[in-house]
Amino acid sequence: MVPKLIAQRIALGILLLVAVSVLIFAGTNLLPGDVAQAILGKTATPLALENLRREMGLNDPAYVRYFHWLFGILQGDLGTALTTKLDIAASIRERLWNTLFLAFWAAIVAVPLAVILGLVAVHHHNRPVDKLISGLALASTSVPEFFIGYLLVYFFAVKFQIFPGISTVYDGMPFLDRMKAIALPCTALTLGILAHMMRMTRAAILNVMQSAYIETAELKGLTAFEVIRKHALPNALAPIINVVILNLAYLVVGVVVVEVIFVYPGMGQYLVDHVAMRDVPVVQAVGLIFAAVYIFLNVVADVASILANPRLRHPR
Amino acid sequence: MNDELGFLSERVAKGKLSRREFLGRAAALGVSAAFANNLLATAARAEGPVKGGLLKAGLQGGAATDNLDPATMTDAFQFIASRQWGETIVELDADRKVQPALAEEWGSSKEAKVWTFKIRKGAQFHNGKEMTPADVLATIERHADVNSKSAAFPLLQGIDKIAVDGQNVVFTLKDPNAEFPFIITAHQVVVQPNGGKDNPTAGIGTGPYKVTVNDAGIRLGGERFGGYWRDDRGFADQIEIVVINDGTARNSALQSGQVHMINRVDPKVVELLKRFPAITIRNASSRGHYLFSCQCDTTPFDNNDLRLALKYAIDREEMVQKILGGYGSVGNDTPISKTYPLFTEMEQRKYDPDKAAFHYKKSGHSGSVLLHTSDVGFPGAVEAAQLYQASAAKAGITIEVKRDPGDSYWSEFDKMPFKASYFGGRPTQDMTYSLEYQSKAPWNEFHFFNEKFDQMLVQARGELDADKRKKLYSDMGQIVRDEGGAILPMFNDFIDATGPQVGGWATDGNQELMGGYALSKCWLQS
Repeated sequence: MVPKLIAQRIALGILLLVAVSVLIFAGTNLLPGDVAQAILGKTATPLALENLRREMGLNDPAYVRYFHWLFGILQGDLGTALTTKLDIAASIRERLWNTLFLAFWAAIVAVPLAVILGLVAVHHHNRPVDKLISGLALASTSVPEFFIGYLLVYFFAVKFQIFPGISTVYDGMPFLDRMKAIALPCTALTLGILAHMMRMTRAAILNVMQSAYIETAELKGLTAFEVIRKHALPNALAPIINVVILNLAYLVVGVVVVEVIFVYPGMGQYLVDHVAMRDVPVVQAVGLIFAAVYIFLNVVADVASILANPRLRHPR
Repeated sequence: MNDELGFLSERVAKGKLSRREFLGRAAALGVSAAFANNLLATAARAEGPVKGGLLKAGLQGGAATDNLDPATMTDAFQFIASRQWGETIVELDADRKVQPALAEEWGSSKEAKVWTFKIRKGAQFHNGKEMTPADVLATIERHADVNSKSAAFPLLQGIDKIAVDGQNVVFTLKDPNAEFPFIITAHQVVVQPNGGKDNPTAGIGTGPYKVTVNDAGIRLGGERFGGYWRDDRGFADQIEIVVINDGTARNSALQSGQVHMINRVDPKVVELLKRFPAITIRNASSRGHYLFSCQCDTTPFDNNDLRLALKYAIDREEMVQKILGGYGSVGNDTPISKTYPLFTEMEQRKYDPDKAAFHYKKSGHSGSVLLHTSDVGFPGAVEAAQLYQASAAKAGITIEVKRDPGDSYWSEFDKMPFKASYFGGRPTQDMTYSLEYQSKAPWNEFHFFNEKFDQMLVQARGELDADKRKKLYSDMGQIVRDEGGAILPMFNDFIDATGPQVGGWATDGNQELMGGYALSKCWLQS
C-alpha cells in the first residue's frame, strides 16, 4: 500500500510539472511587449526592432516555439538566452548554487532552532517563557522582510561594521568569506520563517499532548521532556515535516526581496532581470526550475508524512 | 582670505586637517560649501594621484541580461564598464569641448564636408594588438550598418563614405557639418579590434583597465592594463563595479565602505546622506531633462493655443524643488540648456494661470486632457504628473492622470498623445534637434513637423560662421519653445556620492560619475 501511494504522488508530481510548463509558456507570452522592444527601450526605432526580432527568431508562431523548447528540455538543453546569447543552463548553474547555498544555511539554522523553540514553548506551556518565544517569533515574522533586512544592514553593516551589507558572492570565494557574506541575509531569512515552523511544532505537539496515551505516559512516571520526545513528537511529526518543507520551498523560490536588499546573486534577481527584459527562454527555464523544486519538495513532504504515519506503515 | 583657504585645503590634501574641519572654517570665512569643495578637489589633484589599491563603484543600472557589446548598451553598468575597458575616437571634456583620444588631431575641408582624423600610434588593445586606423574604420562601419542594432546608428547617418589614408581616417559627409567631431564622441562608438565585427561582446578595447571578471548583473572586475598609452588615467591597480540596484543598499554600501562611489542618489535622501561626514555628494548639472511631451498632430494637441496653455500651466520652480529636491534647474520648453555651445538666452516662461486660462479658452477645447505617466517615465514622473494636475487645475484646465505599468510603457509610448518622458541630452544643438525635433527624426516623439525649422537645421549645420549659426539656433529655439510639443519643466542633475578615500574627483556633467570616467580618473587616497 505504501509503495503504491508513493508512486501515485510521484506520478502526480510529474503530471503537474508538465501542466506548469504549459502555464509558464502561456503566461510569458501574455506579457506585453517583447524582448526586442525591452532591449532597445526608449531608443527603439522600427528598423532596429525588426532587425533584432528577425535575429532572435521571434517571428515563429507560439506553439512551434513551445514544442521546440519542450523537446530541448527533455534532452537537457535549456536553450540560450535571447539577450546575452549565453547557454542558459551554464549561467543558471552558479545562480542556482548560490540560492541553494543560502537556503541550505538558512535551513540549517532555522529548522532546529524552530523545533527546539517549539519544544521549549510546549514545555513551558502558557507560562512567560512560552509567551516570550511566541511573541518574539511572531513579531519577527510580522515585520516585512525588507524592513528586517534594512535593520540588519543598518546595525551590523553600517553602525558596527561586523558583517558586509552587500552579499556579493562569487565563484572561488574562500568559504569563510562566503559565510560572512551570507550572515545577514541568512539571519533575515531565518527570522522570516522561524515563527511559522515554531508555532506549528508547538501546536502539533500540544494537540497530541491532550491525548489519553500522554496521560498514561505521565502516569507511568516519565519525565516531561521524555514524554514529549518519545510519545508526543513522533505523533506530531507529519504536520511538522509539512510546514518545514513548505518553508524550505519558500527559501528557494520566494527570496527575491532578500536577494535585492543584500544584492545576493541568486535565482530571484536573475529571474526579475530577465522578466524585465522579456527574455522568455530564461524566464521559462527559471520558472520550470522553481516549479520543479516546489513540486519535488511537496512530494517529499507527502512521502515523509506517509512514512511517518503508523496507520499507513502498518495497515491492518 | 583665499590664501588662508588655499593653505588649509593643501593641509587637507596632505591629510593634516580633516575635511569636516576645513569645511567648518571655510563656512566661518563666509565661503559657500560648493566653492570650498572645489578648492579641496583642486588641492587633492595638485597633491598628485596615488597609485594602487582596489577602487570600487556601486551602481544602479545593471541586470543579468547585460553584455559588453557597446552597440546595445542600455544602462549604467555597461556604459561605465565600457569607459574603463574602451575608448572613443575623440571625447568630451568637462567643459563640453571635443578633446583628442584615439585620434590625436583632426581637421576639415573648407566647407566642412570632408573630415580627416589622425589616429594615434602606440595605443594597444588588451589582446596585445596595436590599434590601427582600420579598426577605427571597422568600428564606424559596424555602428553605421543598416543591419546594426546600435543605438548610435541614427547618429552616423550623415556619413557618406569613410576611408583609411595612411594613419588617417577620412570621413566624407553627405552634407556639410561644422560640428561633426561631436557626433563621434557618442559613448557607443568604442573602438574595438576589427570594429567588434568578430566578437562584439569581448570587452577588449584600448582602455586603462582590462576586464578580468564579467558577471552580468553582479559585478565586473578590471586590472590596470600595462600597455595603456596615457598616464593621466588608471591609477588604481584594480577596479570593481558592483551592481546594487536598490537605493538603500547602495547608500549603506557607501557608508560602510564596501564601495567608494555610487551613482543615482535619490534626491529625497541627499540631505540625510550629507550628515555623514565621510560622504561627499557630487552633483553635476547635466543636459538630461524630464518633460511632458504631446504629439502636435493629434487632437487636441494639434492646437498651438492648447499647447501654450499647457506650457503656462506648469509650475517649473515647484517641479525642481519637489521632484529634483533642488538638484536641477528650470527648463524653458526647449531641450537646450545654458551649458550648450552657441546657447542664446530667451525669456524664461513662468507659471501663469491667467495666461494659461486665456490660451485654453482661445483653443476652444473643453473637457479634460489625458496625461499618461509611469514610474519609468522619469524618476518621480507619477508625482510630477500629480503636481502638474494641481497647478493646471488652478488655471481651470482639467488634467486626467493615468498611471501606466512600467514594463509596457515604452512599447505603448508612441500611441499615447500626451505623456511623461525624458531625454539624456546630446552634446550639440544640431544633434539634439536632428535626432529629436526634426520632422524625420527617429525620436521625434512630439510629431513636430515644421518645414521652416527643418530648413534652418540643415542651414545651421553647414554654416561655418559661428555668429550666423548662433542666430539660426536662437531662432530655432524660439520656434521649439513657442510651437513645439515639449512641456519641459526641468533639467536634472547627476547626483553621485563618494566615500572618504576618493581623490581626483572633478565635476563633469556629460554623464553620471564624471562622464563615466570616475573609476579611471580618480584614485584612492591613503
